[in-house]
Amino acid sequence: MSERAAKVSPPDDEQDDDQITDSAAPDAATEDDAAAGDADTTLDPVTSGAEAVVRALENAGVEYAFGVQGGAIMPVYDALYDSDIRHVTMAHEQGAAHAADAYGIVSGEPGVCLATSGPGATNLVTGIADADMDSDPLLALTGQVPTEFVGNDAFQETDTTGVTTPITKDNTFASDSDRVGSDVSEAFALAGAGRPGPTLVDLPKDITNGETDREPDDPKVPDTYQVQERADPEIVAAAAERIENADRPAMLLGGGVIKGEASEACREFAIEHEIPVITTMPGIGAFPEDHELSLEMAGMHGTGYANMAITHCDTLIGIGTRFDDRLTGGIETFAPDAELIHVDIDPAEISKNIHADYPLVGDAETVVEQLSEAVDAAPEATKWRAQCQQWKSDYSMAYDAPEDEPVQPEFVVEALDEATSDRAIVTTGVGQHQMWACQYWTYTEPRTWVSSHGLGTMGYGLPSAIGARLAADDDQEVVCIDGDGSFLMTLQGLSVAVRENLDITVAVLNNEYIGMVRQWQDAFFDGRHSASDYHWMPEFDKLAEAFGASGYRIDDYDDVAETIDAAIAYDGPSVIDVHIDPDANVYPMVPSGGDNGQFALTEDQL
Amino acid sequence: MKRGLDGPEPETRPTPAGRRNKQGIRIDPEIEVTHEPRRTVISALVEHEPGVLSDVSGLFSRRQFNIESLTVGPTEDDERARITIVVEEPDPGIDQVEKQLRKLVPVISVRELEPDAMRRELALIKVDAERPAEVAAVADMYNAKTVDSSPETATVEVTGARQKIEAAIDTFSQFGIREISRTGTTALARGTDRTAGSDSTGQPADEANYDGQYTETATND
Ligand SMILES: Cc1ncc(C[n+]2csc(CCOP(=O)(O)OP(=O)(O)O)c2C)c(N)n1
Repeated sequence: MSERAAKVSPPDDEQDDDQITDSAAPDAATEDDAAAGDADTTLDPVTSGAEAVVRALENAGVEYAFGVQGGAIMPVYDALYDSDIRHVTMAHEQGAAHAADAYGIVSGEPGVCLATSGPGATNLVTGIADADMDSDPLLALTGQVPTEFVGNDAFQETDTTGVTTPITKDNTFASDSDRVGSDVSEAFALAGAGRPGPTLVDLPKDITNGETDREPDDPKVPDTYQVQERADPEIVAAAAERIENADRPAMLLGGGVIKGEASEACREFAIEHEIPVITTMPGIGAFPEDHELSLEMAGMHGTGYANMAITHCDTLIGIGTRFDDRLTGGIETFAPDAELIHVDIDPAEISKNIHADYPLVGDAETVVEQLSEAVDAAPEATKWRAQCQQWKSDYSMAYDAPEDEPVQPEFVVEALDEATSDRAIVTTGVGQHQMWACQYWTYTEPRTWVSSHGLGTMGYGLPSAIGARLAADDDQEVVCIDGDGSFLMTLQGLSVAVRENLDITVAVLNNEYIGMVRQWQDAFFDGRHSASDYHWMPEFDKLAEAFGASGYRIDDYDDVAETIDAAIAYDGPSVIDVHIDPDANVYPMVPSGGDNGQFALTEDQL
Repeated sequence: MKRGLDGPEPETRPTPAGRRNKQGIRIDPEIEVTHEPRRTVISALVEHEPGVLSDVSGLFSRRQFNIESLTVGPTEDDERARITIVVEEPDPGIDQVEKQLRKLVPVISVRELEPDAMRRELALIKVDAERPAEVAAVADMYNAKTVDSSPETATVEVTGARQKIEAAIDTFSQFGIREISRTGTTALARGTDRTAGSDSTGQPADEANYDGQYTETATND
């Protein structure tokens, strides 16, 4: 052992080390004294970089961490051994990232995931990219080969900071055992600050193994990261005037409303001024969908009435939305008559996709309060509101469910909604089932809708249900509405749900197709079902039983209510294999790049 | 069984007359306005730390900004580096460049330079030296210095605005150019005006946008 150590550290290095220690010594001593004075006496002082990493997490109030062990991250896991942080061992790192992401969405605090170097880190990548696109607060800690091997293509080496630069808010390669704890504190703070997002700290094994007695600094964002809380009062005043004079006003609430805890302020504003409210997909739950003013979600598979309203409004108050192309359709035809009041905490979102006539950079809640104060009179828009109600009945989301036909997916979603409380949390995979879950579940509370919006990651549903379950209150049910294809991608997570005895219900809307692809093939590729036909699906109920979960199956309408009740009542993970109409498609639909007002209600209209 | 939902067909629905252009700006359909790309210099002051250059260059390629040159070097402060970027984008694109740059955590401040800013590029031009007197005369014309000469070659160093370098290369090409190496543009604001300092985090985005005013920048860099 000592022989090996001597071999890898050349004499030159030793000398350098001495010099560094010498010159740093007086400094370190004073800081130590200070730290010792403040330190909580019940905590043992840290002795290694890894302990400093875990201490940083503890200081930040982290309760859960999701991950998978491995060589390069082992020192951190060793330090976790003595910690009260509950580590949830996942079956795959992608699941760890999704679980942490969902934990962040439901709790509002950054979720934490861990992985080893190389394949562990690359398995996290999908989940990190997902969190990045949805601005979810997430901290990823990855093991790295010892510093001296970095760049040599060592065993399980990947340039993790290089790979994740485009998909993180910020990442750090830890290079000093004395600083590594503070690196983690800072990354945690940054993940949740301003516009949330994923951060990553890459942890070389020698740095986590290295000795230190430096306690991490408190979580604090770097000085160069500045967030503006209040919008320019002059523009607020101008926007207020525009709202007062609007004939056809609409509010568009995005995910930023939920992340910025602005749902309540937006509700009050909309109700007081009687302004119809549309949400984006990530904004679902920001406004109660059972309220008269709610037009629900707009965009590619948004409701007809939301799309009519967004197309015809003359004043659009967009809050915490980045005007994604799934929302806007073709830019030329997006809200073409509307002056846009855009509230966002990220200045780069202003006029990125849609030009903002009234750019309001600031925290969503603060700016909505500023607007509330500035608007003196509600806009006179009785006719417009009546028009919106008319559209609601013209383009109602009613579907046929004849008894003698296969089970329609919309019916299943509504039955699940019926069987659960208002605060139940829905997670999904990606595909048709996700759209039905948007359209036919009535969301009334923020942080109850957990889905992969921007990246559209199949396989998100089950691991996110795990993270959501751990963040949710005990009396909140967690339901994962999944697709057969999506479920197949990460169903190994069932082993985790069983081990942790997590009370979640997975309803797999099984059409033996990767249905959304089939729908597009039907519409745009002459019905040529290239590689979308999944007639080799396992029996998910039996598979669930094999994992130790409780399995159910639905084949016709008679089974629906009873089976759902049983699955929800089961105290632990349950999976319902719901055999739905394999030909069911999602409507309304705006073909990509199309005009939102020209949504198709049937295949013939595409 | 019916496939789809009920409701008026697309053709029977009213459609608004308005339109937006590609940049999401509402336009009068009668007078189509588009923003033409223009060339400008953006200066960013950044933390002098590993990875910052790849953060910045990665941002440019990932977001498909049309970048002409990017130079980086230390500043008067050991912990800071200055990155000078020449971009060619329409106004909304230039706005995005600045805002996206500002989002990077190691970036301290970002600014688009005024048209009168000093912009310089350096080029080393190696030509055949069959006609040394003429080479020297041309070098003189461009205030260029001969930095190396051999029986077959002469290498000159030219500094100046990009246009001057281009003109010099053009003129030198009559001798037969063997090799060229150019640095890309570096720039500083004139006089007491700070190029991009720790005190100037740049103009807040909302003000930059609000009146839709953009400064014209001369193309002479
Ligand atoms: C990881 C990943 N691979 C591929 C896709 C492309 N994709 C989008 S929807 C979809 C079909 C999803 O099928 P399924 O999960 O069975 O749901 P369904 O549409 O049938 O409800 C596919 C393949 C994706 N979104 N994510």
